[in-house]
Amino acid sequence: MTTTAPVPTVTPTPAARKAGRSRVGLYALLLLAALFFLLPIYLLLATAFKAPEAINLATTWQWPRALNWASFADAWAKIGANMGNSLFLAVVATALSALLGSLNGYALAKWKFRGANTLFALMLFGMFIPYQAVLIPLFQFVKSLGLYGSIWGLILAHVVYGLPITTLIFRNYYAEVPDALVEAATIDGAGFWGIYRQVIFPLSVPGFVVVIIWQFTQVWNEFLFAATLTNTGSQPVTYALSQLAGGQAVSWNLPMAGAILAALPTLLVYILLGRYFVRGLLAGSVKG
Amino acid sequence: MKGLSRDRLWSILVLLPSVLLLAVFVYGFIGRTVVVSLTDWGSDPAQALALNPVIRPVGLANYQELFTGFLQVRFRQELVNTLFFTLFFIVGCLGLGLALALVLDRNPRGEGLWRTIFLFPMSLSFIVTGTIWRWMLQPQGGLNQVPTALGLPAGSFGWLSSTESIWKFDWNALPLLTATVVGAVLALLAVRAVRAGDRTRALVAGACAALLLGWAFLVGPNVKLLPAPEPHGFNLALIGIIVAAVWQMSGYTMALYLAGLRGIPEELREAARVDGANDLGLYRHVIFPLLAPITLSAMIILGHISLKIFDLVYAMAGPDNTATSVPALNMYLTSFRQNQFALGAAIGTVLLILVAFVIVPYLANAFRGERGNA
Repeated sequence: MTTTAPVPTVTPTPAARKAGRSRVGLYALLLLAALFFLLPIYLLLATAFKAPEAINLATTWQWPRALNWASFADAWAKIGANMGNSLFLAVVATALSALLGSLNGYALAKWKFRGANTLFALMLFGMFIPYQAVLIPLFQFVKSLGLYGSIWGLILAHVVYGLPITTLIFRNYYAEVPDALVEAATIDGAGFWGIYRQVIFPLSVPGFVVVIIWQFTQVWNEFLFAATLTNTGSQPVTYALSQLAGGQAVSWNLPMAGAILAALPTLLVYILLGRYFVRGLLAGSVKG
Repeated sequence: MKGLSRDRLWSILVLLPSVLLLAVFVYGFIGRTVVVSLTDWGSDPAQALALNPVIRPVGLANYQELFTGFLQVRFRQELVNTLFFTLFFIVGCLGLGLALALVLDRNPRGEGLWRTIFLFPMSLSFIVTGTIWRWMLQPQGGLNQVPTALGLPAGSFGWLSSTESIWKFDWNALPLLTATVVGAVLALLAVRAVRAGDRTRALVAGACAALLLGWAFLVGPNVKLLPAPEPHGFNLALIGIIVAAVWQMSGYTMALYLAGLRGIPEELREAARVDGANDLGLYRHVIFPLLAPITLSAMIILGHISLKIFDLVYAMAGPDNTATSVPALNMYLTSFRQNQFALGAAIGTVLLILVAFVIVPYLANAFRGERGNA
């Protein structure tokens, strides 16, 4: 610091002034973009908090005079049970696919065998297929197991089709763990499971956080399996919300309150643990 | 040595359940879908949900029906919708995402907060996004009210309800158009191969191009898929859905580009500045070329999301709005509302082929480099 020459501060140089102006432009751009991203949220909140009779097209953009919480109670009465279904589904499916993904990732990253990459690429393909291409056999299969209309059929689907991404994230994560650690444990006499328990698993916490957040969000937000494999008792919240919003007679405060409820869990996860969410996002773009 | 082989065995045993599950649930089920698509399962409603339905193989009849049948005009419009949707969705996400990343790369105050704002829609379900934007784009309310707030006459654009379409072309001309485009691309490849001195490739590509273009000019104009002209174009009601989709997904490209920009070493920028590059030159000659692989990656991920998208359309325009429908939505309705399983399976297969065109080269490319050190 002491070696820097004193900067004249009397008059801003043309360069500095230009930088200042571009700075203003920078913030103007950011504000404009933020407006685009936040306007729907403003409208969502304004509508959800309005009394049903206060909602009309002319006053769409006005903030309600008095906050009306009743819509949330109504929405909860309609989709609360589905929120419970979604929670159970997301927790169980996430836990199972994370555990399997961790073991797969460990085996693929630290016990490479001939053809491992080809096998892995074949597994990854499952992440990208349109589920429409497997939906009819999946439906038949779940039905033949007697699981149609039960949350367990949906859990099965999410665990299986979640395996590619959880395996991918853990494999890439474990690839960063130095092989020397594994070799040292081998010399100490540890085998496949010993190394997993004593070396790999204790190092896995950040990997698990990324996978759990990513999987939880994906499973919570999924719609196609939810619409196909469940019925009235077991539908998750995305399906219930689509029904709530699809009806013509309802006034808009109800679906808006429902959308807030359905969005809250994943939104909270994102706001509290966004860093890990982004890491899962970047892992999804397959860096080999 | 014995211990080592036992550990290897464990690693294979650990992978086995997942590999088997995926083999069945991905490849087995795809195979089954293709088989179903070659039958008439569900064309007779009485048989569709019967315990032991009578199912007969019908060859490619379902596909023929989809592409040329009188009743399946909806599917053909959906294919066109998907292509336009994908194009604008990718362009929108890449453009907005890159712009946001470039702005954030200049280290504004409160960067974390801005990033949070631009990324939060990613954590929402397409159903939630669709529900919100459906209200935003109500015919007389929402966005159409914004001009009123500024003292201008209210907008009247039918964001989700417009039935107008632009850039129409005749479905009958599809073979001709396809042959011309593919032929032109092959011709281009041939020219490039000649320049690169690759004679075999130049000959093969050139011959294929000549064949296709020749067919297009001599036979193509007489090929008719349908008895009557059938125009399809870009439905304006899709604009609303594209805006919502860009709102939700452009944070993703921003995150990708930002990670890329942060990965460019400062020395490289310094070196370019020392060489006399101004900001514009720096971006054009140093930064953008380095971001090209990220762009390709983002295009592929967004492209496959876009080809599969249907929950957003379902939530925004409803399942029965044919002007905005997409094949992924049609597959669900055909199979599980109308119980026409074979036809639904055929749509699913077409969708898979579209996605595979995007994904298979990508996966093959991503793992080719690693195969050496396996």
